[in-house]
Amino acid sequence: MTIVEDDVQTGGSTASAPTTAPGTGKDSSGAYLAPGTEGSVASYRARYGHYIGGEFVEPAKGLYFENITPVTGKPFCEVGRGTSEDIDRAVDTAWKAFEGWKRTSPTERSNILHRIADRLEANLELIAVAESWENGKPVRETLAADIPLMVDHFRYFAGVLRAQEGSLSQLDGDTVAYHFHEPLGVVGQIIPWNFPLLMATWKLAPALAAGNCVVLKPAEQTPASILLVMELIGDLLPAGVVNVVNGFGIEAGAPLAQHPRIRKVAFTGETTTGRLIMQYASQNLIPVTLELGGKSPNVFFEDVARDTGDSYYDKALEGFALFALNNGEVCTCPSRALIQGSIYDRLLGDGLERVGRIKQGNPLDPTTMIGAQASNDQLEKILSYIDIGKEGGAKLLTGGERVDLGGELSGGYYVAPTVFEGTNDMRIFQEEIFGPVLSVTRFSDFDDAISIANDTLYGLGAGVWSRSGDIAYRAGRAIEAGRVWTNTYHQYPAHAAFGGYKQSGIGRENHLKMLEHYQQTKNLLVSYADGPMGFF
Amino acid sequence: MGASATPERVAITDAAAGMVRQLTAQHGPLMFHQSGGCCDGSSPMCFPVGMFITGAGDVRLGTVDAGLDDPVEVFMSAAQFEYWKFTHLTIDIVPGRGAGFSVEGPTGMRFLIRSRMLTDDELEHFGLLVPPAGG
Repeated sequence: MTIVEDDVQTGGSTASAPTTAPGTGKDSSGAYLAPGTEGSVASYRARYGHYIGGEFVEPAKGLYFENITPVTGKPFCEVGRGTSEDIDRAVDTAWKAFEGWKRTSPTERSNILHRIADRLEANLELIAVAESWENGKPVRETLAADIPLMVDHFRYFAGVLRAQEGSLSQLDGDTVAYHFHEPLGVVGQIIPWNFPLLMATWKLAPALAAGNCVVLKPAEQTPASILLVMELIGDLLPAGVVNVVNGFGIEAGAPLAQHPRIRKVAFTGETTTGRLIMQYASQNLIPVTLELGGKSPNVFFEDVARDTGDSYYDKALEGFALFALNNGEVCTCPSRALIQGSIYDRLLGDGLERVGRIKQGNPLDPTTMIGAQASNDQLEKILSYIDIGKEGGAKLLTGGERVDLGGELSGGYYVAPTVFEGTNDMRIFQEEIFGPVLSVTRFSDFDDAISIANDTLYGLGAGVWSRSGDIAYRAGRAIEAGRVWTNTYHQYPAHAAFGGYKQSGIGRENHLKMLEHYQQTKNLLVSYADGPMGFF
Repeated sequence: MGASATPERVAITDAAAGMVRQLTAQHGPLMFHQSGGCCDGSSPMCFPVGMFITGAGDVRLGTVDAGLDDPVEVFMSAAQFEYWKFTHLTIDIVPGRGAGFSVEGPTGMRFLIRSRMLTDDELEHFGLLVPPAGG
């Protein structure tokens, strides 16, 4: 599937924005103008309160925090700094809204989700630019992936909701068990910063389709784009069905996760917080879904290089370079490349050549392929792992440093795509760096490949590359991961279940399966018999 | 490291110790749990003692002296420790934002792990000089 059509050349614009091209929202170099500057397609408010009950409200304590764009490292708006009082208010408001929302028919909810999708699609460019500005990811990706996928997820759950049916069991001639899907009530959702809008959508769309009301806590690195979206779509939903409270994890996230009146928590993040969420859930006896990351293997079998001039090989090299997608800040980042020994030098050489063609620059330039890391501490962590790689004996093949793009972008958080060669026991092969850092190693045969692939705490994603359907099938079944991309990577359609084995989490997102994570089963056991059972 | 000093797995920088003292005044006694996984993972999470329940699945790496009456305990999950056991960890702090539910989040600073490989002396002390079979 071709997703990005344009032919991108390396080199070109960096920080300069000399003049604007009127009416396009872009400067003369083709980069989108930064939100807030005159002529930009997007603009953020200077300050956002919490979004509760269909309107922006002042935080209970009146506090706000600065929101920084990683593109330049400078603040661009202020966002409410929520506390337990704000969470209480949002939960109360959501329960009031639930009285009406739970009575809506699947048709009504489906139609609303379709209208949301249409509204998002009509504003796709605006949202894509706003998302890139807040997160630092290339607008090339938000335009082609994040926002179109967001639209598609709302449409998928609008559709699958209509197709979902309850069931009935005929227990005997006069006794029937009916199974109805019912919503849980008010659910809490804690969203990560790597795909602020798409991850919010993964959680919102099924929750709303199932008839739940939501209190959503965005990541403090990326609190504003979801508010910009709520401003766009808010009128399509009854007030209070979706509520957004921002703030720091300890002040707003923890009170939401342990709130006694939420019926489920969904969280994407890391393992320690995942355990805390489960700990809180155990105190309230509520279900959780957790998505906690990975260290995904991307396995290249020797027949990949049987022909090095065809489009399949070209596709495999892209697969090698996809560790840099979303600046490497993806839970399923293919951060371990395992290459069969017989083609190791050839594939690694060609892969490095492909990595060398990754264009780094202003995230708002549609030709930029790798932008800014999402925050300063993320930048620091990635750089510390590059040091760990070097000190641990891995060989640095390319990158390995912070990049200064000059001008306005000098303060931004840019890291060169980095490739290490080493062995699977090294820490850079075992720990999620969450940046554009690839660790490459070799394997001898099928069993060795599977052994290395599975030698990890995690099991979220994996990639298998082989021209043999037999090898690809056997490898895909043998790898302990919830999603094994086969001869592709990093596709996230709504209609495929996503989630982790091992320490990568609990539950699945996307797909009809996710709808059931947001539903209760109501069984009506009905007797149509004339007389008593006969016990008494 | 002097011959008389007992090797430790964890340490803390002066700047990070200062933050621990500041946060202890606000939250009471604190502990660290080293996280794994995505987003804010691979980072030391700092919680008031009692907030995060440790158990049989955790390893106590040691304590750090933050200049308080009591040392501050540092934990990691046992499964993760299998991959980290050859590493010495130093808790540092950098400007940043967002840290799960870690208590420094609102300060605009973020605890960060600095690492180095254990020396031969330290490996010997921890019984790791000969890699265990199957390890």
